[in-house]
Amino acid sequence: MQSALTQRLRIPNFYWLAAIGAIISAAGTLAAFYMEHHGHQVTGMNNQVFWGLPHVFAIFLIVGASGVLNVASIGTVFGKKVYKPRGPLSGLLAITMLAAGLFVIMLDLGRADRLIVAMTHVNWTSVFGWNMVLYPVFFGLVGLYVWLLLDRKMYAYSKAAGTAAFIWRLVMTTGTGSIFGFVVARQAYNSAIIAPMFIIMSFAWGLAMFLIFQAAMYKWEGSQLDEEIRQRLNKLLGTFVAAVAYFVVVYHLTNLYYAKQTAFETFILVSGGIYPQLFWGGFVVVGTILPLLFVFVPALRSMASSSVLASIFTILGGLAFLYVFIIGGQAYPLEMFPGMEVKSSFFDGVVDPYVPSLPEFLLSIGGFGLFFLLSLIVVQILPFMPQDDMAQLRASGALHD
Amino acid sequence: MKQTLAALAAVLLLAPVLASAGTPKPDLKIENPGSCIAPVPEMRRNHMEMLKHTRDRTLRQGIRGEKASLNGCINCHASKTTGSVLGQGGFCQECHTYAAVKLDCWDCHQPKAGNHEAVGVKP
Amino acid sequence: MSEPQDRIENKSRRSFVGAAAVAGASAGVAALAPGLKLIEVAGAAPRAPGEPASSAVRWGMLIDTTKCASGCDACVKACATENGINETVKDPRQGSQWIRKIDLKDPKTGQEYSLPMLCQHCEHPPCVDVCPTGASMKRADGIVLVDRHICIGCRYCMMACPYKARSLVHMPLTEQNPLVPRGQGCVEACTFCVQRVDRGQQPACVEACPEKAMLFGNLNDPNSEIAQRVAKEKTTQVRADLKLNLGVRYQGI
Repeated sequence: MQSALTQRLRIPNFYWLAAIGAIISAAGTLAAFYMEHHGHQVTGMNNQVFWGLPHVFAIFLIVGASGVLNVASIGTVFGKKVYKPRGPLSGLLAITMLAAGLFVIMLDLGRADRLIVAMTHVNWTSVFGWNMVLYPVFFGLVGLYVWLLLDRKMYAYSKAAGTAAFIWRLVMTTGTGSIFGFVVARQAYNSAIIAPMFIIMSFAWGLAMFLIFQAAMYKWEGSQLDEEIRQRLNKLLGTFVAAVAYFVVVYHLTNLYYAKQTAFETFILVSGGIYPQLFWGGFVVVGTILPLLFVFVPALRSMASSSVLASIFTILGGLAFLYVFIIGGQAYPLEMFPGMEVKSSFFDGVVDPYVPSLPEFLLSIGGFGLFFLLSLIVVQILPFMPQDDMAQLRASGALHD
Repeated sequence: MKQTLAALAAVLLLAPVLASAGTPKPDLKIENPGSCIAPVPEMRRNHMEMLKHTRDRTLRQGIRGEKASLNGCINCHASKTTGSVLGQGGFCQECHTYAAVKLDCWDCHQPKAGNHEAVGVKP
Repeated sequence: MSEPQDRIENKSRRSFVGAAAVAGASAGVAALAPGLKLIEVAGAAPRAPGEPASSAVRWGMLIDTTKCASGCDACVKACATENGINETVKDPRQGSQWIRKIDLKDPKTGQEYSLPMLCQHCEHPPCVDVCPTGASMKRADGIVLVDRHICIGCRYCMMACPYKARSLVHMPLTEQNPLVPRGQGCVEACTFCVQRVDRGQQPACVEACPEKAMLFGNLNDPNSEIAQRVAKEKTTQVRADLKLNLGVRYQGI
């Protein structure tokens, strides 16, 4: 029988923490009811920018959910022993992040009461339609995988489930990227590179969320994560952040040189106000340079808080990138008549001045609240705290394999 | 023990009766003489299926002049006082409130009868 | 293709339709040749009750922008009246527009154009491809519609449309036209006035245009005015690079 990978955790101040998570989730839910009752007129969204802040947060959580499973996959599928005790926690966070992301995006629907209709009428040419299968099966596969990891009698079967889950999440995230990639009409999208870019982003964002939650768990237990393991995980984050930067560069170069969307790229990178600010300040400086500094500069990486800081910056950078990608892509007017100046009563030809409203903001952070609340409750009840056998790892040389 | 069980059983069996004691029975008024497109028991059981099939035939296939036409129902059944099938005494509202079945139609469909003769603005 | 002879059994109905077509249709009535039915000339005929829409028909529109005046929005107003688009909107950016006038200016030459923009009723609609529930659909006769019974309001079709033709209804509605159901949370767009076309009439915008710049008819009928003009004259499709084979063609841009 497999020896225990994980242990129970007693979270101090559990009820206070749960209350915070519950209040944030409740605020999000109430905001959604308010929007559903009055209609989207109470939001900052309109007929030009109709996927607003809730979509930014939801897509972050959904993409991150598939990425946070990476930690488990590296252990199960690629056999790296350091990751094995972390597998169950990674699987759990994948489930709760996806649930939270879907909570936000489904409550933002114009007709959220028609979810059953969405699940029973599926148009198979639509990526959203595929999602009706991709998401539920993901929940099922990852749930099965986590059970097989935790149930010591069933551990031998966990590799099959883990491999299936690994492949499934690649398909799922390719789908999420293709939602944008298949949109032929818009300058910001319509590119084959978007799907792989989302896969790489899932690696970085998912690992960042994992590192923060894991750090919290060590704090709650009052123990210390082994420094060599911590540095190893940090380095992985740094590698993913660098890879994301590479893909973003290629995406913009593709848009400029292959698609020749010069006016749109100028808007996003130079003249569009909030969009270049978020891109350069948010994604490049905060989301890429700062995490890389905290991972690779010796003086910074030896700080105890370097992993958490690098992770927080990565997450902020991810949200900034998605804001520019999703909202900037809509705010810039559709180019129906290339080269012409356009004006109309439907605001053709003008940049949309989208500003998120309070209900949208509450729904968006409600997603993070729900993720925190669900994860907190499950790790209090079931054993998810990773147990590293440091002696065994050092002896077998697996610490640096 | 036996008394507790008896009391519990009584409450459970009587609960539906007690609960519905407060709900007023539907006060339906048939505004126009004649009969509906099918006998009343059949209409009560099947009107939702009839409307569902009609909506797909009319909207998706473009078939006009169906027997179970929603506007046909409204024009005959709308209350003469309010002009609508919703609200106090509304033909659809009365039964649906009693049965606690939510009406989804009226977010989009016009519940007031009328001969909306909107024709384009002529030059 | 034209309606087969046996569809119209009632001679008096045919003459009524013929008279209405002569009086109101924007398509001109050509001199009748023997055997040529008034219905074919008018370009639209009421479909018999119980008869589904047929792919033998493809509805299309031809817009001559040289006749379109910059300040005129008769088509927009007519559409709003006919389709019950009458709600008060706090933010005009949230208001539905099924048809709108676009003013173009070529910065190099200074030349200006004006044209109505509406749903182009593509043969290969991107909005239909992306709709998760299949609510966005193309009817057999080419009219692209939203089945609001199953629309969940996800707005993916709005993302996919190259023409910004679709609008989301941002507020509860109460004053809908009984023939044009529309409501909160669902996405909508121009329907070519399907409630009028099925009765043998022209779309409201076409009828309202004071310059007769818009022509509506059956692209599949070689005898219809629109098919003949599209075959003989040069027309453009907006964003022709997308190869969607649009039902709406323009001239003069």
